[in-house]
Amino acid sequence: MAMSDTIGKAGAAGVLFALGVAGVAWTALDVRLRADEAAIRQGERARLARVLELTDLALFTEARYTRHVSQSDLHSAFQDHPMSLDHFPSGSLIGARRIHPGAGSIIGEQP
Amino acid sequence: MTVWLRRQKRLIDYTVASLLRRAARNFALLAVYTLIVFVLATVMLFTHALRQEAMVLLDGAPEITVQRISMGRHDLIPASYVDAIADIRGARDVRGRLWGYFYDTANGANYTLMVPDGDRYGAAPDVGETVAGAGVARSRGVVPGKYLFLLSPRAKLFKLKLKDVLDADSEIVTTDLVLMAESDFRAFFDVAPDVHTDIVLKVRNPREVAKVAEKISNALPDCRVVTRGDILRTYDSVFNWREGILLALLGGAIFAFVIFAWEKASGLSAEERREIGILKAVGWETSDVIKMKMWEGAVVSLGAFLTGYVLAYIHVFYFSAGLLEPVLKGWAVLYPRFELTPQVDGVQVATLLFFTVAPYIAATLVPIWRAAITDPDAVMR
Repeated sequence: MAMSDTIGKAGAAGVLFALGVAGVAWTALDVRLRADEAAIRQGERARLARVLELTDLALFTEARYTRHVSQSDLHSAFQDHPMSLDHFPSGSLIGARRIHPGAGSIIGEQP
Repeated sequence: MTVWLRRQKRLIDYTVASLLRRAARNFALLAVYTLIVFVLATVMLFTHALRQEAMVLLDGAPEITVQRISMGRHDLIPASYVDAIADIRGARDVRGRLWGYFYDTANGANYTLMVPDGDRYGAAPDVGETVAGAGVARSRGVVPGKYLFLLSPRAKLFKLKLKDVLDADSEIVTTDLVLMAESDFRAFFDVAPDVHTDIVLKVRNPREVAKVAEKISNALPDCRVVTRGDILRTYDSVFNWREGILLALLGGAIFAFVIFAWEKASGLSAEERREIGILKAVGWETSDVIKMKMWEGAVVSLGAFLTGYVLAYIHVFYFSAGLLEPVLKGWAVLYPRFELTPQVDGVQVATLLFFTVAPYIAATLVPIWRAAITDPDAVMR
C-alpha cells in the first residue's frame, strides 16, 4: 500500500516538508559542528598568509592584475597596449578596484 | 482548532491530488524552480564564504605596502627608499620585499615567485632550494626531494630542489607560490642587488596608519601606498561586484523563469477553470478555493526553496562549488583546491526565501480569486 494511502496526501506532503525543513536545520547545525575544526584550519591558513606577508587570494592566476587584485593599479588590464582590451575571463569577473577617498585611501593613484 | 486543522488537511489532500493530476507539468515547474533557487543560493553562499575567508586570511597582510610607480607601471623600488621610510616617525619593521610573476612555458601556468622573510617564515628555503605551493607541485608533478626546473626569462635553466610543499589546506592563498632564496631570485630575474619589488612596514600606532601613509606619499611622491584597509575593502568590493555580475548573468535565466512561473501561476488553464467551477458548484466557498490554491503555491515554492537551498549548501561546502569552477578558473592553469569555512547568513537566507517564495504565491492568488468569484455555471461553460 502506498504511503499516501496510509497517512493521506497531506501527511505525505507534511513528511516531505518536514524533511526539507530538517535539511535547512541541518545546514545550520553543520555550520556549528564544523566551526571549531574549520576555525583551526582557517587560523593555520591565516598564520601562513601572515608570515609570508600575502596580500591576495590565489583564485585567479591567469593574469597579474587578477592574481594580486589589491596590488595592481587601475590600468593594469589595459597597459600592455593603449588600445589593448582586457581579454582574460577573470578580468571581466573582478572589475576595477574602487578608490576610497579619505583615510587609508590609495595614495598617488589617479582614477 | 481541530476542525480548522482537519479542514486544512483536507485542503492539502485535495491540493496534492490536484498537483499530481498534472504531474509532468508540475514536476517540470518544480525542477526549474529548484534549479533557479540552487544557482542563486550557490552564488550567495559562495561569495559570502569567500568574502569572510578573504577578511580573515588577509587580516594579517602588511599594514602598509609601498610601490614605486614609473610611467604608470609598478616599478622596482630602490633600497634607499627603505631608509627614507624608516626615518618617518611611527614606521617600524620596514623591509624590502622581492616577488614577481613567472610564466612557466612547461605547463602554461603563472607562478608567483617570492623570497620569504627568514625571520618570519621558519622553513625558508636555502640557496638552490625551493618551497612550492601545492598547485605548482601538482601541476609539475614534483615531490619533496626532487628538482623543479625553471627556465628563467634570460633562458637560463634553474634547478631548485623542492624542500617542501606548502600546506594543501592553504591553497586558496598559496597554490601558485614558489619560494626561493634571495640570491636565487635575483639571479633568476637578473635583478640588481639594490632594488626590491616593494616595501612593507608596520605602524606603531594602528590609528596612525593613514597619517604615516600620507607622510610616505609626501616624502616619496613617485610611490603608491596601499594600506591593509585598502586590501580588505578591495576584496569586500570585488566579491560584492562579482556577486552582482553573476546575478546579472543569471538575470536572463531568472527572467525566463519569472515569465514561465507567471504564466503557470497567473494564467489559468481551461481545465483549472472548470475544476474551480465544479468545486464551487459542489459547495466550496470562494475562500476555500483560494486557500487550496495558496497551499498549491506554497507546496511548489517552498518545496523548490528547501530543496534548492540544501543542494546549494552541499554544493558549496562539500563540493567546493565545483560547478562554478569553470567560470572562476578562466584560462588559468592553476586553480586552488579549497574548502570554504561553512558560513550561513540568516538575513541572506531569509531574503532569498522571501524573494523566491512570496512572489510565486502572490502571483497565484489574483487569477484564482477572479475565477472563484465568477458564477460556477459561467466558469464551467
